[in-house]
Amino acid sequence: MAAIPPFERFYLEQREIVLGFLRKRLARDAAEDAFQETFLRALRAYDRLEHGEHLRAWVLTIAVRIAIDTGRRTRPTAHELPELQVVDGRPAYAEIEHLADRLPPTERAAVVLRYGYDLAYDDIATALGSSPEAARQAASSGIRRLRAQTESPPGGTS
Amino acid sequence: MNVTTELDRRFRDAAAAENLLDVGFDVVDSPIGPLLVAATGRGLCRVWFKPDPEQQLDSLARTFGPRVLRSHASVEGAHRQLDEYFAGSRESFELDVDLGVAAPFARHVLKELSRVPYGQTTTYGALAARVGAPSAARAVGTVMNRNPIPIVLPCHRVVGANGSLTGYAGGLDVKERLLRLEGAML
Repeated sequence: MAAIPPFERFYLEQREIVLGFLRKRLARDAAEDAFQETFLRALRAYDRLEHGEHLRAWVLTIAVRIAIDTGRRTRPTAHELPELQVVDGRPAYAEIEHLADRLPPTERAAVVLRYGYDLAYDDIATALGSSPEAARQAASSGIRRLRAQTESPPGGTS
Repeated sequence: MNVTTELDRRFRDAAAAENLLDVGFDVVDSPIGPLLVAATGRGLCRVWFKPDPEQQLDSLARTFGPRVLRSHASVEGAHRQLDEYFAGSRESFELDVDLGVAAPFARHVLKELSRVPYGQTTTYGALAARVGAPSAARAVGTVMNRNPIPIVLPCHRVVGANGSLTGYAGGLDVKERLLRLEGAML
């Protein structure tokens, strides 16, 4: 298990990618507010982390939640908050959001970024520091795991 | 996608203002070179002569907790008082200190050390006697050697029995320079 780095190092390593992610999703001022809130929230939780694995995925899931909350508060345009509908058999994110917390961190981040935020696998790969193929696998194994946890599979075959 | 200086500072200031840090630190300039200065919520906890964040941040995290963040606000008071000291306008520091996990003997010695007046020197043996352990000059030397808050806790004022400067974490030239700044007899 990787040791938990001093917060300063974590922040320097992740801040650009977090801001980049938020700027894609939100208007400039909202993205900067969300950036600050993301790292304050990470700081509040930081001394409860049990290890230093998957920190990028962890902070991006925080950023995703804040971006979604910001989007809800500000009645976003379709561009800022993609429709969370069943499309091409993909799960409606609202149906799985409460379950995603149970997933391993990388899978959770991949699922949240793919289905909650409709990011392309290239972007998710950048976020996770992996290849697009690894990101796709993480998202699909996360979804399989979620399906196994639910009686009626999210998205279904309708 | 760059985090601007202003956005960066906003976050750091907010983190300090909300008391979310185990340790706030900054690297400040001084006439004897840059200093890494760090403080917890309880007080000043470290001064390093040769800033080496790669290694020193790990040390801070191990001792005080992982929420270590560069934040000038956290060390503003210490920075100001150090500036005044180097300008010759301050003879004693009015700062709370946090000695962390220091052993009782070290605490006792460092507390006694803080009473050695500006511009005066004492010896390892004399300091040992003042903590009630006159034969412990060598142990006192070890505590000086590991003093976490040099300059503010004035280990530069402690010299060998024969008046030699003996040693200093910042280098003997720095020790001599601090004593000359204070007008101590060498």
